[in-house]
Amino acid sequence: MTTMTESMRRRTRIFMIGALVVAAIAFAVIAASGINKNLVYYWTPSDLRKAGDQAYGATIRLGGMVVPGSIRTQQGSSLEFDVKDLHSVVHVKSSGAPPQLFRENIGVVVEGTMVHGGYFKSDRLMVSHNNEYRAPAKGHPVDEKELKRLMKSTEGLKD
Amino acid sequence: MTPALGRFLILASLLVSTAGAFIGFAAGRKRTREGLAWAQRFAYAYTVLMLAATGVMEYALLTHDFSVSYVAQVGSRSTPTWVTIASLWSSLEGSILFWGLILGIYIAVATWLTRSSHQEYMPYAIGVWLSCAAFFSFLIAGPANPFVTVVPQPDGPGPNPLLQNHVLMIIHPPFLYLGYVGMTIPFGLACAALIKGRLGLSFLRPLHQSLMVAWIFLTVAIMLGGWWAYEVLGWGGYWAWDPVENASLLPWLTATAALHSMVVLERRGVLKGWTVTLIQASFLLTILGTFMTRSGVFNSVHSFTQSSIGPTILVFLAIALIFSIALLAMRINQLEAEGNLESAVSREGMFLFNNLLFIVLTFTVLIGTVFPLVVEALKGKQMSVGRPYFDSMVVPVGAVLLFLLGVGPALPWGRATAKQIRRALLPPIAGAVVLLAIGYALGARNPWTLVTLAFGGYAAQVTVAQLRSPVTQLRRARRRFASYIVHAGVVIVFVAIAVSSTMRYTQEVHLTKGGIANVGAYAITLLGVEERREPNRLSTVARFAVAKNGVQKTILEPRMNQYLAMREPIGTPDVYSTIGGDFYLSVMNIDPVQQSVSVNAIITPFVGWIWGAVILMGLGGLIAVMPRWSGGLQPAEGALKGAATLEA
Repeated sequence: MTTMTESMRRRTRIFMIGALVVAAIAFAVIAASGINKNLVYYWTPSDLRKAGDQAYGATIRLGGMVVPGSIRTQQGSSLEFDVKDLHSVVHVKSSGAPPQLFRENIGVVVEGTMVHGGYFKSDRLMVSHNNEYRAPAKGHPVDEKELKRLMKSTEGLKD
Repeated sequence: MTPALGRFLILASLLVSTAGAFIGFAAGRKRTREGLAWAQRFAYAYTVLMLAATGVMEYALLTHDFSVSYVAQVGSRSTPTWVTIASLWSSLEGSILFWGLILGIYIAVATWLTRSSHQEYMPYAIGVWLSCAAFFSFLIAGPANPFVTVVPQPDGPGPNPLLQNHVLMIIHPPFLYLGYVGMTIPFGLACAALIKGRLGLSFLRPLHQSLMVAWIFLTVAIMLGGWWAYEVLGWGGYWAWDPVENASLLPWLTATAALHSMVVLERRGVLKGWTVTLIQASFLLTILGTFMTRSGVFNSVHSFTQSSIGPTILVFLAIALIFSIALLAMRINQLEAEGNLESAVSREGMFLFNNLLFIVLTFTVLIGTVFPLVVEALKGKQMSVGRPYFDSMVVPVGAVLLFLLGVGPALPWGRATAKQIRRALLPPIAGAVVLLAIGYALGARNPWTLVTLAFGGYAAQVTVAQLRSPVTQLRRARRRFASYIVHAGVVIVFVAIAVSSTMRYTQEVHLTKGGIANVGAYAITLLGVEERREPNRLSTVARFAVAKNGVQKTILEPRMNQYLAMREPIGTPDVYSTIGGDFYLSVMNIDPVQQSVSVNAIITPFVGWIWGAVILMGLGGLIAVMPRWSGGLQPAEGALKGAATLEA
């Protein structure tokens, strides 16, 4: 059945292993650059301010509280509001009608990026959905932990 | 009383599975028939205990016994009975118990089917199965105990409303569990083969069948998950490269690769160690998936609350991984190849290429899924890997796989002349051109969609030709037929995914009562907004009359459901499905006082074909594993000689 000699077989084996190693390295490089280009950062307004230029063009899930009195609904279906945490405020322009629960003083996560007009351009907006059966803590409308969970949510932020 | 009974049954199952595992390994070493018989008895005993424990839990759920902690957590007097029954797998503790039940059933069936064959392997296989069973019994007895006694409340909150929101939720989790847990069986068999340092071709049969069974369930489960997401989550898609979705895809990829490498193993007697490695990887990936979905590292409908079982599962994963690697390192050289591969441009060459691509896919998805976890663990920074990474990596590889699905079956086994190769590969180009032309005429312009259509047409022609080709070897006929049925399903799935994801049309519509809006060929009229009260929820329903090309078609009722125990309502879309595509309405905003609604209207061509075609894949698999009437998995002539020397 076999016509190959032992040395031929060894040579093919070495060749095959070499080819596989090269392929694996090529794959690793492609995958690493692919991941690097497509990272989604989970940031608060303060993180975003700290990141500086890095925030422009990067995909960011920004989580914070909707500032009271900041909501402006435009004709059509565009929406503007401010999102804040304890230290920073970010102005957000969002496309699309707001979801049912959207209101002042509620925790939201928006996905998008900083643009050079100095605001955060978002194409997805998600409202803090507390799936656990407890009342919100008094005097503290936005639960930080809940917001973190929301940012990590895998089911809500889809278009 | 009930919780104590449950706890007792779980502790007994822990004891029985641990003892049975020891007996299995000891019986394997000593090669006593008596030892194997005892291992089998312990396996059955484990199954009976799991059945009893699950029975106790279902009894507690149905009788609303709120002294059982799990019932207090997910039970509710207001939920319909089907939701109450399905509550068993609606939260962490119950789902682990359910896992134990399914594992028990698998172990009993596998033990029964192999009761009088493969005697030298089976003690070890049972030992491995019962070791896994012992781990899950330990989880149920300790970190994820559903049978804790609590002070009974008059009523409970009911299960997670997202899970109550659709009937698919009764079917999807059991299928997924049957797929995940099913990987334990081929894993145990593969480990047994490694421990014995031998993989005889007759032992391929149980290995193949058990892997195929798990594969069928996993295949259908992945589709059901996507379908559920489509019907419930309201964003109009079915796959988003979520970690939880990836978790189910990873073992599917390696299992599919293993099913293919087994064909080469059977034919040529090579790839033994490789096949065994793939099977072990499939099992380990199910455990990794369980860790990702059950430990709360991702927030999703699958991850329930932050739980303490994550580290325990991670320890189990580490032990299983070390065990597998150690076995492979010690024994893989004993699984010597008996033949070799003669030519790269041959059917077996394409099988190798197929395996390589499946591995690339597995690593692509694995890296993208695990990377954020590693970064968070090391640096504490939170991030995720965006969808474009997965799309850009997976789509090209998938396209090549689809092409291989046409080229591979067209090529003959072994060495072929250039003329034979040309004769095999040229005709299907006709199929490629036809499907490409149809797609182009219907408006497909995305380059990857066009590539998929061309490769799909090529593969479709080859597959149909193979399904119709005269049977040369009767005893292999059924499995051949089965695999081309699966391939036909795969071709349809690929084309449907390409078309539905690139030719989707979305439009946001705001209407008040009586208003009309045009969406593509459809026109929708808002008939009104009404509130409907059900025992467990309050629904705010928007009623739309839907017309297509001026002809009245149907009424769609997308809604917001407010469940009693929840602060926030959940949107539920409504879908009008046709052969050519779906019309999908999902509520963004609804106001019963103003009688106004904002909806997302989505037209997705061809999407329904995905569900049907995956069912076809499952049916193909089923044909392959049905009890044989004409041969089943038999070694080929060439391989038989090798098998004889190997078994000797």
